[in-house]
This record gives sequence, C-alpha cells and structure tokens, in this order.
Amino acid sequence: MRLKALLLGTSFLAVSGLTAGAETLTIATVNNGDMIRMQKLTDDFKAKNPDIDLEWVTLEENVLRQRVTTDIATKGGQYDVLTIGTYEVPIWAKQDWLLPLENLGEDYDVDDLLPPIRAGLSYEDKLYAAPFYGESSMVMYRTDLFEEAGLEMPEAPTWEFVADAARKITDKDNEIYGICLRGKAGWGENMAFLTATANSFGARWFDENWQPQFDQPQWKETLDFYVNLMKDAGPPGASSNGFNENLALFQSGKCGMWIDATVAASFVTDPEESTVADKVGFALAPDNGLGKRGNWLWAWSLAIPAGTQKAEAAEKFIAWATSKDYLELVAEKEGWANVPPGTRTSLYENPEYAKIPFAKMTIDSINTADPNSPTVDPVPYVGVQFVAIPEFQGLGTAVGQQFSAALAGQVTVDQALQSAQQLTQREMMKSGYIK
Amino acid sequence: MARAISPRRKWTITVIAWLLGLAIFFPILWTVLTSFKTEGEAIASPPSLVAFDWTLANYFEVQARSNYFKYVGNSIVIAVGSTLLGLLIAIPAAWAMAFSPTKRTKDVLMWMLSTKMLPPVGVLVPIYLIFRDTGLLDSRIGLIGVLTMINLPIIVWMLYTYFREIPGEILEAARMDGASLAKEIVYVLTPMALPGIASTMLLNIILAWNEAFWTLNLTASSAAPLTAFIAAYSSPEGLFWAKLSAASTLAIAPILIMGWFSQRQLIRGLTFGAVK
Repeated sequence: MRLKALLLGTSFLAVSGLTAGAETLTIATVNNGDMIRMQKLTDDFKAKNPDIDLEWVTLEENVLRQRVTTDIATKGGQYDVLTIGTYEVPIWAKQDWLLPLENLGEDYDVDDLLPPIRAGLSYEDKLYAAPFYGESSMVMYRTDLFEEAGLEMPEAPTWEFVADAARKITDKDNEIYGICLRGKAGWGENMAFLTATANSFGARWFDENWQPQFDQPQWKETLDFYVNLMKDAGPPGASSNGFNENLALFQSGKCGMWIDATVAASFVTDPEESTVADKVGFALAPDNGLGKRGNWLWAWSLAIPAGTQKAEAAEKFIAWATSKDYLELVAEKEGWANVPPGTRTSLYENPEYAKIPFAKMTIDSINTADPNSPTVDPVPYVGVQFVAIPEFQGLGTAVGQQFSAALAGQVTVDQALQSAQQLTQREMMKSGYIK
Repeated sequence: MARAISPRRKWTITVIAWLLGLAIFFPILWTVLTSFKTEGEAIASPPSLVAFDWTLANYFEVQARSNYFKYVGNSIVIAVGSTLLGLLIAIPAAWAMAFSPTKRTKDVLMWMLSTKMLPPVGVLVPIYLIFRDTGLLDSRIGLIGVLTMINLPIIVWMLYTYFREIPGEILEAARMDGASLAKEIVYVLTPMALPGIASTMLLNIILAWNEAFWTLNLTASSAAPLTAFIAAYSSPEGLFWAKLSAASTLAIAPILIMGWFSQRQLIRGLTFGAVK
C-alpha cells in the first residue's frame, strides 16, 4: 500500500515536473534556405532556454499562408510563432490578429533594424513582426557574356540599356536568352515583378480615390515593354516561369540577365549548384529616370498570433532568431555568405560582411524601396510590389493571369489591360472602396 | 465465337499497352530517379536518365530534417482507421439499399454523391471551428472522422454496386434457415462480396493516403501525415527538387508496395460485374 502511494506520488511529481518544465513552441515556417539553417542552429537557443522546446511546422509558402490564415482568423491557437511577410503584417495587425513585440529585451537594439523593413513591419508605430531576412530585387547578369558583346553594365542601369543589352546578348541558336523574367501568374509571382516594374514607369494600381489605373498610358507602356522584350530576348515558355524556373535557367547558363529577388545571389554564386558561379555581376534594378526603380521590398518575419498561450516564450524565441548574436552564430558556423541578409544596419557596417560580392547591392536595393511612397504619383496604399489590402491576393492573381496570357500571346496587351481594369473595378466596388 | 487474333496484332497491342503503361508510370519513375541526383544534376538541362552520380544524400538529409517514421505512422493510422470506420458504416448501409430498396433509395444515393460536389474549401471554416471547439485540431481521431465522412459516399456507392450483383435469393435462403440479420450480413453477404469489399478497402486506403486538403489544413505537427511531410520540401525560393523527390518517393513507397502486392485483388474487384 505504502509502495503504491509512493509510486503514485513520484509519478505525479514526474508528470507535473514535465509539464511545468518544458513549454513547447510550435513554429510555422517556410522551406527557404535561411529557415532551414535556423532549424539546424536551434541547439544554441535551447542551451540558453532549457525550459522551451521547439516544434517546427515547415510548409510550402502558399500552403503555409492558407493554413496560418485559417488558424489566425478563427483564433485556432495551433501556432505560437508565425513566419509571415510584409504583405500580411499591416493587414493582420490592423485586425488585432498579432501581438505587438514590445519585450524583445534590452540588448535587442530595435533601432538597428533597417528603416524600410522596420516601416513595413510596423502598424501605428508599433512593431508587429521581427524581420528574419529581408530582400529586394536587383539585376544579376553574366559578366562573360557582357564582355563578349562589348557591353558594360552600369551600377544603376536604365530599362533602355537593359533592353538593348538583352537583345544584343540573345543567341537563340545556342539557347542563350538575353533576359529571364517572371511570367507565371500569381500575386507573388509575375505581379511582384510587374508591379515593381510599373512603379518605375510611373504606373500605379490605384489613384488616391482607389480608382483602378490599368486604363492609363503608363501601364500600357510597361506591359508593351515587357511583352516585346520577352518576345525578342526571353526564353521560350516564359509565361510559366517563376523564381525557381528562372533560377534553374540562370544556373545552367541560359540567361544573360535575370531581375529577381536579392536572395537569389547566394544561389547563383554557389559553385556547387551553379555552372556560372564565378561569372555573375550585380546591378540595381533598372529605372526610367522618373525617380523610382523597379525593385521590390519583402521581409520574411516572425510574429506572434493573438491566440497563443505562450506569448512570453514566443517573444524570447523571436528575439533570439532575429538578434545580432544570431547573425554572428550563422557566420561562425556557416560563413558570412550564409547570414540572413537585409535586416540590420550593423551587418552592413561589418567589414567581414562587406567582402561578400552581393552585400552592397542588396542593401542599396533595399534602401531605394519605399513601401509608403512606392511609385511616382501618390497612392492610397502601402506596399511596393503589392497593395496591402486583404483583397489583393485574389485581385493580384486575377490580374496576373491576364498579364501572363498577354505574354503567352493568347490575348493582346490592350485586351489584358482592359480585362484587368474591369475586374479590378468590379472587385473594388464590391468591397466598398469605390461606388 | 472467339475471334482469332493474329500474332502481329497481338504484338502491336502489347507494345501499345507497354508504352501507355510506361507513360503513366513515367512521372513516378522520374521522381525516383531525381531523388538519387544532386540538386545541381536535378536541374541540369538536358537531363540525364541514369548516367549521373547516384547518391543517397537526399534521403539522409530528409530523414535528418524530419522524422519520416512519425509521418508514415500517422498516415497509416489515418488511412486504415478511416477506411475501417467507413466500411463499418457502409456495409449495412449498402446492404439496406441493395436488398431492401425503397422508392427513395436512388435519391438517397444521388444525394450522398452530391456531397462530393461541394469544393472542400467551402466548409473549411465551419469544420475548423468545430474542431477548435472540440479540441480535435491536430488529432488523428479528428482526421479519421473527417476522412471517413469524405470517402463514405464512394464506399457506399461501390459496395452498393457489388451487392447488387449478389442474388437476393441466397440471402433469403439464409433467412429461411433462421439466420439473423447480423449473421446474414457477416456470414453470407460479406464472404460473397469479399473481392468487392477488398477492392473498396484498398481504393479507400489509397484515397485517404493521398488526401491533401484536410490533412494539411487540420493538422500542425503531432497528427501531420505524409502529405505535410512532402509539403515541407516544396519551396518557392530555392531549388530543392532532389530533396523534394526523395520526400515524395518515401511518401508514395508504402502505398505503391501495397498496391503492387494487392493488384490482383484490386483489379478483380474493380472489374467485378463488368462482364455478365
């Protein structure tokens, strides 16, 4: 009897010890190189926080977005830390779906975060997500092909130069295409590129009264330029190419230029994966002399959903993963080239990091993007390559399908723009932005 | 009278059948081959069919990053569990419809099938809320329940078709001999319809194994099956095709092996009643 009581008591203590001792955080994240690296380095976090266990849920970006949106909208409480982007943060913060990050610790140094990124992740001057890595877009080009053609890439090229160079380099018989650009339909695929490009042509999604602007000459100029350039100097089947397809083309030596996310720089310069690793140069995204460049701004960031019961531990984790110490930890274990880029000013002041070939171009690209004033004329929305309103995911993809069809030659540029104008107008009326 | 087939014609048909078979199997073969390549070789153009440096590195990496056996365990429990539960409900239901039909039986069958016509995302939020409030989110029991409901119309329909092939007189004879309803179903109907039940079961296991909407949306970590395992290796920014292929190969291997061993049963069941 005594033994039984003793056993019962001990097991009770053991169980209560277990539950009180280990708090498990469920972290939803995407399958990008920097995130996978973070999962491998979590021993450092566990050593510093033995009372917190980490459970990772890695999902493909679109699956993650759908999954996390369902959970947060219904306050399901499945996750304690979310990986989200600059598009979601202002919308979700406004809905009270996220907790503000106010206790990141004394040595966190919030002021060290890059100003454009910090602005993109704040709502009413409060930070709602901490950037894990930031990216813009830039031109990646083949230095050998440029040399052969007698061309010299300026640090800040114009669209005119890029188009001329692309046509000169193109050698379709040998499967060399002057330029590879996104064509696959999707708000985060071709529309990220085309919206950012349109900014540099002076186009905008909406005027200050939320009237769609696809019937304006700037959009026609943008789309004509894009479709003609791709027809002359792009790879075949470009209307189904996204980031990964273009990455594969560039890495196998088939693109003279590729304008895409700055994060691609570490892939194309990796000798293990890229056949052109030592022949890649970088330049700022092109402009048209109107004061805006065609580059975007994005930051994969960590945020805490309002439904969690473990906010304190979650904030501890976020502070660790986005700290200066974490950057140094990655540098120590995996080298400076693998440090998550684009989040902190101090990283770009570090002389070691400055030796990385794409470091300067990344920071310059990020600094030229302004989510609060993305294009030449004033707009009522926030966001460079997106419009931070909940309707944009559906709208962006629908317009993207029209533009992708124009690239594939199924419709003309005028037809695509007309359809885009109509469907955007309809959606904006339905959502009550315009009457 | 059977028609004589010339050897030449036979050869042509055989070659066409093989080509069709290969074409259908090719995506799986390509996935398996890619899983043994390095990431660089996986995107090489033109791709090499077999002349590359074969490596198991992707499999090691996939296992190191995520515990395959946890996912496969969840998949087995969910697929088998939902199938057994489905059969338990569907056998009596199909019996009633096949042997004691009423005026409305056809309508009921059509109505059951019509539930499959609704896009699942249309009921995602209500089901999510029910799961949240009943604590079933990220649980295997919850998934078994949902997958049973989803596949039930198909199970009932398939069993109904098989049962209709069985002469009602045999069941009557059993009844005359004093068999109760339960005995009639268990000892007379079930053994006679075994090929049909087996193929329904196998098909349902395959459907439940591959179900990727509810299994992804209602799980987070502890009940996540192989669909979540694959989704973890797909990436919009970065080429992880070799790793994704390794994960896919691991995910389809168990069901492929099961299908291989039970193909005779599966084909027999699927063509049951096709020739009268």
